[in-house]
Amino acid sequence: MTKMPPQYVSTTNACKLCKPLGASLAFRGVEGAVPFLHGSQGCATYMRRYIISHFNEPIDIASSSLGEKNAVYGGGANLKLGLKNVTEKYHPALIGIATTCLTETIGDDVKRLLFEYRQEFMQDGGPLLVQVSTPSYSGTHMEGFHAAVRALVEQLTEAAEPNGTVNILPGFLSAADLRSLKEIVADCGLLATVLPDFSETLDGPALRDYPLIPTGGTKITDIQAMSGAKATVDFGYTLPDQLSGGKHLEKTYNVPLHRLGMPVGIRETDRFFEVLSDLSDNPMPEKYAMARGRLVDSLVDGHKYVFGKRAVVYGEEDLVIGLTSFLAEIGVQPVVCASGGTSGCFIKAIEKAVEGFAVEMPRIHEGMDFHEIGELAAELKPDFFLGHSKGYALARGLGIPLIRVGFPIHDRVGGQRLLHIGYHGAQQLFDLIANAMIAVKQDGSEVGYSYM
Amino acid sequence: MEAALQERQDSIHRTGEAPFVMDCNKDSLAGAVSQRACVFCGSRVVLYPIADALHLVHGPIGCAVYTWDIRGALSSGPELHRLSFSTDMQEIDVIFGGEKKLYNALVELIDRHSPKAAFVYSTCIVGIIGDDMQAVCRRVSEEKGIPVLPVQSEGFKGNKREGYKAACNAMRQLVGMGDTSGISKYSLNILGDFNLAGEIWLIREYFSRMGVEVVANITGDGRVGDIQRAHGAALNVVQCSGSTMDLAKMMEKDYSIPSLRVSYFGVEDMAESLYAVAEFFKDEEMMRRTRELVKEELSLIMPELMRYRQALAGKRAAIYVGGAFKAFSLVKAFRTIGMQVVMVGSQTGTPEDYEELAAITDPGTIIVDDSNPLELSAFLQEKDVDIFVGGVKERPIAYKLGVAFCDHNHERKEMLAGFIGMLNFAKEVYGSVMSPVWRFVPRKAETVQEVPND
Repeated sequence: MTKMPPQYVSTTNACKLCKPLGASLAFRGVEGAVPFLHGSQGCATYMRRYIISHFNEPIDIASSSLGEKNAVYGGGANLKLGLKNVTEKYHPALIGIATTCLTETIGDDVKRLLFEYRQEFMQDGGPLLVQVSTPSYSGTHMEGFHAAVRALVEQLTEAAEPNGTVNILPGFLSAADLRSLKEIVADCGLLATVLPDFSETLDGPALRDYPLIPTGGTKITDIQAMSGAKATVDFGYTLPDQLSGGKHLEKTYNVPLHRLGMPVGIRETDRFFEVLSDLSDNPMPEKYAMARGRLVDSLVDGHKYVFGKRAVVYGEEDLVIGLTSFLAEIGVQPVVCASGGTSGCFIKAIEKAVEGFAVEMPRIHEGMDFHEIGELAAELKPDFFLGHSKGYALARGLGIPLIRVGFPIHDRVGGQRLLHIGYHGAQQLFDLIANAMIAVKQDGSEVGYSYM
Repeated sequence: MEAALQERQDSIHRTGEAPFVMDCNKDSLAGAVSQRACVFCGSRVVLYPIADALHLVHGPIGCAVYTWDIRGALSSGPELHRLSFSTDMQEIDVIFGGEKKLYNALVELIDRHSPKAAFVYSTCIVGIIGDDMQAVCRRVSEEKGIPVLPVQSEGFKGNKREGYKAACNAMRQLVGMGDTSGISKYSLNILGDFNLAGEIWLIREYFSRMGVEVVANITGDGRVGDIQRAHGAALNVVQCSGSTMDLAKMMEKDYSIPSLRVSYFGVEDMAESLYAVAEFFKDEEMMRRTRELVKEELSLIMPELMRYRQALAGKRAAIYVGGAFKAFSLVKAFRTIGMQVVMVGSQTGTPEDYEELAAITDPGTIIVDDSNPLELSAFLQEKDVDIFVGGVKERPIAYKLGVAFCDHNHERKEMLAGFIGMLNFAKEVYGSVMSPVWRFVPRKAETVQEVPND
């Protein structure tokens, strides 16, 4: 990391989303839950639209639909009416209530309002209510995501007998990643509670009837019993302690916490399997030893196509850290590592991820938007972009490929099916990157080789 | 119906069952998961296609980032509208006020992009913390010598219609600033077309063949300079009346420019709209040219259109769109290809709009205002529809249930207006309805098993 990019007052084409979106995604990963935003109708609708365009799945996010009077006199009545209506129509097991910038600014005391609501309307039972404060003027969708996970853990977990399970708080992964993660853990002989788990709720089968709430998601009883687990595994080097559900479980119930990076690439996946091996007292299952072996074999087969290629990597901080770590492993030179997030931990984590590999230190920047990324990219002559759909215009402008990973994928099908984690994920990433580089060479050749 | 909350019963009616007054144009019901957005959304969609203006969203990042390059509104020149500008307000701005940041952001962006004007959108919390946007805009306007217009679009201040009005208020300040010399007496402004997939270029070509000069596109492929001289036109033609009729009314009041409601969707409405314009100018020669144009265009599409009609006749369609006026045209367009509309609804219709929908639909047709996924999915199933027409938020409801879908919203990349647009529309419907994939979805799988060669 050398000089800083120019710091602009204005933001152009942000490389982040707002907090309640992350919270909505997390709540969607709990069985029987409906995400609920306390704010204007627009917030819920915009976020639904954004999420739908990636997952190609319905996502019902309720709203308290505040009007002008509510903004002046308080949104309590609308919040209660909204909860009542959602309960009546969706019969949820849980409503995950996230605030928005509007309700945070007018100062609605959601905790008190929910206390009143329980008194007034829930004497004969009703859904669990979990609330999280997510003002969009501080932090990104990732802080919202983690805050919702933390809120679920804090507000649902009770003291429980040791149950031999493992808690996994994976952060924001794809639906395919979550399925793969559960398979890995099960193959290792462990019972795990993965929170959240929207692998089914946001990537479900074609149905005969519209589901009020789709099946799947982390079971509430499992969340309640997380205190009895033998360990928690948290993915994410940039996750602050106060937003870590794992930290809460460690502090309150003495559940040992393993803080790992997102298991992207060989080393991070190795670390994850080491932890799983320790927790299960089993060696790495043959299936994964073979997958790792095949991965390494393929890296050898294809290393020349990617060596020395220059990459711009952007997106959520922890994903970028994982991807950068993998790029370093395969001999790609990351030239820019950028995120809209501002955790304060990003730069160190990237430096650590590339340490010991023969790459130059990339330009690493937090709090970036795509205007700033574009300025850096123009100067640094990358061979490809690695990130979500929103970098497309820049990559197109530079005439280089965008290799799509993460969220959102708005200009291709199958974003929810992209696999990033584990040896299998690394394999897919490698094939994508190597083939993109081969395609550039092939398409740019006058000869038109059909044998590369 | 069971899928609807008690409070929603007066917003759902069936054609022919009883006379009704639709309960509509009010705030969405809390907890009902409305398909609507907010005031900000209304303003943003109307002004968005003005391609040489700077569109700065004053607020936290969400409002700007969710509206970044999401529409198919094309420009023939500058593309400033495709960038997403925000002041990205932080906690400190909320506490101490965001005026300084707004000022600095505006100056920085105007210096960088040299826009012809700037629109500054107010978001929820700006309305709460009370930033004086007017004052900041005035100051920057004076310093930079371009119009800098505040758009009072705080999300909570009503529904999408309020946002339309705020956008029209902002544009009203532009109209009247430009030089109108040299404008033909046969001239008009196109209001309420957003140039999705280049549609306004097609409509302009029609008008040009008729001998009518288009002064300003409002707002598809829009330019600040054109809007500033829009008061020189003899007529306003208004499509998507919900969004820009307010501006037409303001221009009628300010400059005595009459307006016509038009629609470019479906052959019937397209032809009628052109005839209405020709009639307005009371010019025999123009009317002759218009008849010729319609004849020519129809002869180009009719043979192919009839082939689609043959395949699609008798199929059932459901419509849920933003504006009711588009719904009228869609009902007729489906009729042109032999299909029956069994459900129709909108986010922002008025009681009069719904009355008209009841008048043009068959008995039993479900008519609904400000609906939601549970209601819509129940309607699709009850009516066993073959295709659902809507936008991004409606698509997964249809697909999840194994129902075909046609995107008729602002994201689409297909030209559906004009005569050729009717053919494209039929192709779009055909391309979804006739797909073999429906054979495998649960809804159809049972019947297909019985008749394997269906």
